[in-house]
Amino acid sequence: MLPPSPVEVEAFVILSFVLFVIGTLGVILRKNAILVFMSVELMLNAGNLALVAFARQWSNIDGQLFVFFVMTVAAAEVAVGLALIVAIFRTKHSINIDELHQLEG
Amino acid sequence: MAQIVPLIILIPALGAFINIFWGSRLKEDQSALVGIFASSGAFIIALLLYFNLLSTNYQEAIINPFFFDSWIRVGAENLEIPWQMRVDTLSVTMMLVITGVGTLIHVYARGYMHGDPLFSRFFAYLNMFLAFMLVLVTGNNLLMLFVGWEGVGLMSYLLIGFWFSKPKGEGYQNANAARKAFIANRVGDFGLLMAMFLSFWTFGTLDFFKPGEVINPNYQTGAAFGGAYGDSYDDHGAEDDHGDEHSAIPGTNFVLTSNLAVEEPVPGEGGEEAHGEEHGTDAAIAANPAFPDNSHLTMEQMGMFGQAERIIAEQEASGEVRMVQFGPFEMRFGVVITIITLFMLLGASGKSAQIPLFVWLPDAMAGPTPVSALIHAATMVTAGVYMMVRSNTFFHYAELTSFIVAIIGMTTALMAGFIAMGQWDIKRVLAYSTVSQLGFMVTAVGVHAYVPAMFHLVTHAFFKALLFLGSGSVIHGVEHGHHHAHEHGHGDDHGHDDHHEDDFDPQDMRNMGGLYTKMPITFFTYLIGTLALAGIYPFAGFWSKDEILADSWVIGVTEGGLKGLSGYLALVVLLVAAGFTAFYMWRQIELVFFGKPRTEAAENAPESSWWMLVPLIVLAFFSLTLGAMNQPGTHRFAIWIEYSALHAHASTFLILLALIALSFGIGGIVLAARIYGRDKGLVDGKDALEANPQTARFFNAANARLWWDDAYFAVFINPFIRAGKFLADRLDWKFLHDDFHDAITHGFQRLGKTLARPVDQGAIDGTVLGIGRLAQWAGGRMRRPQNGYVRTYAVILFSGAILVLIFLLIPLFGN
Repeated sequence: MLPPSPVEVEAFVILSFVLFVIGTLGVILRKNAILVFMSVELMLNAGNLALVAFARQWSNIDGQLFVFFVMTVAAAEVAVGLALIVAIFRTKHSINIDELHQLEG
Repeated sequence: MAQIVPLIILIPALGAFINIFWGSRLKEDQSALVGIFASSGAFIIALLLYFNLLSTNYQEAIINPFFFDSWIRVGAENLEIPWQMRVDTLSVTMMLVITGVGTLIHVYARGYMHGDPLFSRFFAYLNMFLAFMLVLVTGNNLLMLFVGWEGVGLMSYLLIGFWFSKPKGEGYQNANAARKAFIANRVGDFGLLMAMFLSFWTFGTLDFFKPGEVINPNYQTGAAFGGAYGDSYDDHGAEDDHGDEHSAIPGTNFVLTSNLAVEEPVPGEGGEEAHGEEHGTDAAIAANPAFPDNSHLTMEQMGMFGQAERIIAEQEASGEVRMVQFGPFEMRFGVVITIITLFMLLGASGKSAQIPLFVWLPDAMAGPTPVSALIHAATMVTAGVYMMVRSNTFFHYAELTSFIVAIIGMTTALMAGFIAMGQWDIKRVLAYSTVSQLGFMVTAVGVHAYVPAMFHLVTHAFFKALLFLGSGSVIHGVEHGHHHAHEHGHGDDHGHDDHHEDDFDPQDMRNMGGLYTKMPITFFTYLIGTLALAGIYPFAGFWSKDEILADSWVIGVTEGGLKGLSGYLALVVLLVAAGFTAFYMWRQIELVFFGKPRTEAAENAPESSWWMLVPLIVLAFFSLTLGAMNQPGTHRFAIWIEYSALHAHASTFLILLALIALSFGIGGIVLAARIYGRDKGLVDGKDALEANPQTARFFNAANARLWWDDAYFAVFINPFIRAGKFLADRLDWKFLHDDFHDAITHGFQRLGKTLARPVDQGAIDGTVLGIGRLAQWAGGRMRRPQNGYVRTYAVILFSGAILVLIFLLIPLFGN
């Protein structure tokens, strides 16, 4: 099906892991909503990279197919998320997520 | 033609319906018009039925109205009571009286009730009364009669208490009078109910006559009819005969009982013979001139009177005594009939105000005067007499009952006549007079003079209605005179709601006098009514009263034993009662119309409106002429009644007896004129008889109404009240309330107190509150993590994800 990759699959997995950890730390540590958002995208794409790599490794098209779905969902999420951030900024004049804690229990 | 008879009930019922539901929106005149039209519509129906009877040679008809196919049917008990209406000479007589007098009284009420706030309701009640009264007289069975009987009792109650809201306790008295009437009638109704139960047990039916029965064989034979009707019937009628007894063929829910359908007579005796053979028993169901009597009918095909006639005939023929089974007991048939008729007498003495239940009628004068005229003089109170005449078969054979009936009737006539002489209230005099005259009718039933009883019923309905309406006119006039005298100028057109703003009593004859010139038309009509009631020739009352006396004399002479005794007694007692009648009526005329006006009110009394005078004139005309319908020699009314009442017979006219009766009447008038004439009636506000020490005792006795009411209070009512008080105080309040209830409530209280702390506060509260507290505590704990910071949630989420990952990875390292 596909030609064998010149790069080992481990390298992809490691890169994916690194990207995921960076995204996770971004989500947890950053206060700017846009950056948090970008970190989430990074995590999604780390997942995508792992999926594509394993799909190639096992010559299974399902992984690649799934990536398209993830990208579609991510696009939709971006649209909705950015709209939310704009709306929040309009009311609060800030996108610092630490200031958005009205829903505490 | 006779099928129109349901309308006679429906039309007044419709009038009542309109006035009940739309009356408040109608103007006075509109309400009155509805009432008068409904009542006169019924009168027209009655007239049509009358002419129909004339044209069919008095052939009765039994009609199943379209709105009641079968009224009560219990198949398992073989009980069938159809809603059948009976059109025969007796019921049509009653219909004519009820609707005729009723219509005149409706017209009168338009004038009398003018200005009353409940004007339309009054007309609704009057119409409803007519409807019920017509149910009573048209019913072909005792139960229908009973429905009407109760219905008129109800309307009587409502109308006596019509002015229940009058001020100063007067309304309370009116309501009390209404209750008295209702309760006294309940006692009588018990009698009628018992008579009904016994009749049903004995005969298995409540029908007076079943369709196809011949009522009076004497008038069914060919000889009676001659060739003209005896041979005539038509083929259509013959076909009708095939159906069952109550509904001949589907779609025609009426049954021709005899040769009613004579439009296409088929002459020829041969046809008649063939018909009889061809249809056999089926044809037997619908009577036919081919059958001169009821011998072809089985017992089940006959009503209770026909069955009684046959049983008695069989007893006489065979000498065997027929027994009636009552469970373990058995009783001779004659005894059963006696008991039935005694119960009927109790019923009649309630409705027709006889001893011992008459006390309600004088009090019933609390109602408006048109009510007194219509219900308590002309129609409802005669229902008892009608019922006894209808049951003449029973009374004819019940010798003991007849004797008791005669005794009760004549005692009532004498006693009420005596009391009437000592009354001051103009309407109360007439009320006792009505009781007295009803006594005449009941006596007539007792001496088996059914035709005179009905005759007197009819004439009395007219002249007593006239007298009541006349008294109403007098009261109206005096009342307006009173207003006029006290509120010069603007008191004339006042309504009834401000009747008695002071203690002036417009019904007291002491406040009248000299009205002869003030109210001439009222006076002349009243005079005619008085002469008719007193039995003066040639007024109607003379003829009817004389027939009762003549029949009493005849039965006294021709019969022995109890019958003869009752005849002689009735003659003597009724003659005296007739003298009383003339006396108290002339006393009234003298006190009300002659002499000088004794009050300003009488001085200023105006004549009543034409609405009230026209009915008076019409009634006066009939009071003068109605005697003509049963003149000696022709006896048209007697023959007319005989078609419906087997034991009715024309009475003989005894000129000597008539003269004696007339002399009693004139004697009473002359005596009264001598005592009360020329303003001598009142001596220092006392009656002339009261002022005279020799007669004072009698007057006081009459004035105290012979202490009947006091006796009832002493014997029944006060003990009853005392017993009620005792039971209320001792049993209910002391024992039941104080002891019993307290024991129970205290017990519960103590039990509750004992259980409250450990069970309620301990166990139940502990559990319930504990659950609540637990939830509160848990909620308090769990709200801590919900701090609203997105990053905290993210950390928790990641921690969770890592935990899941670890759990997934553990197995890998385990191996």
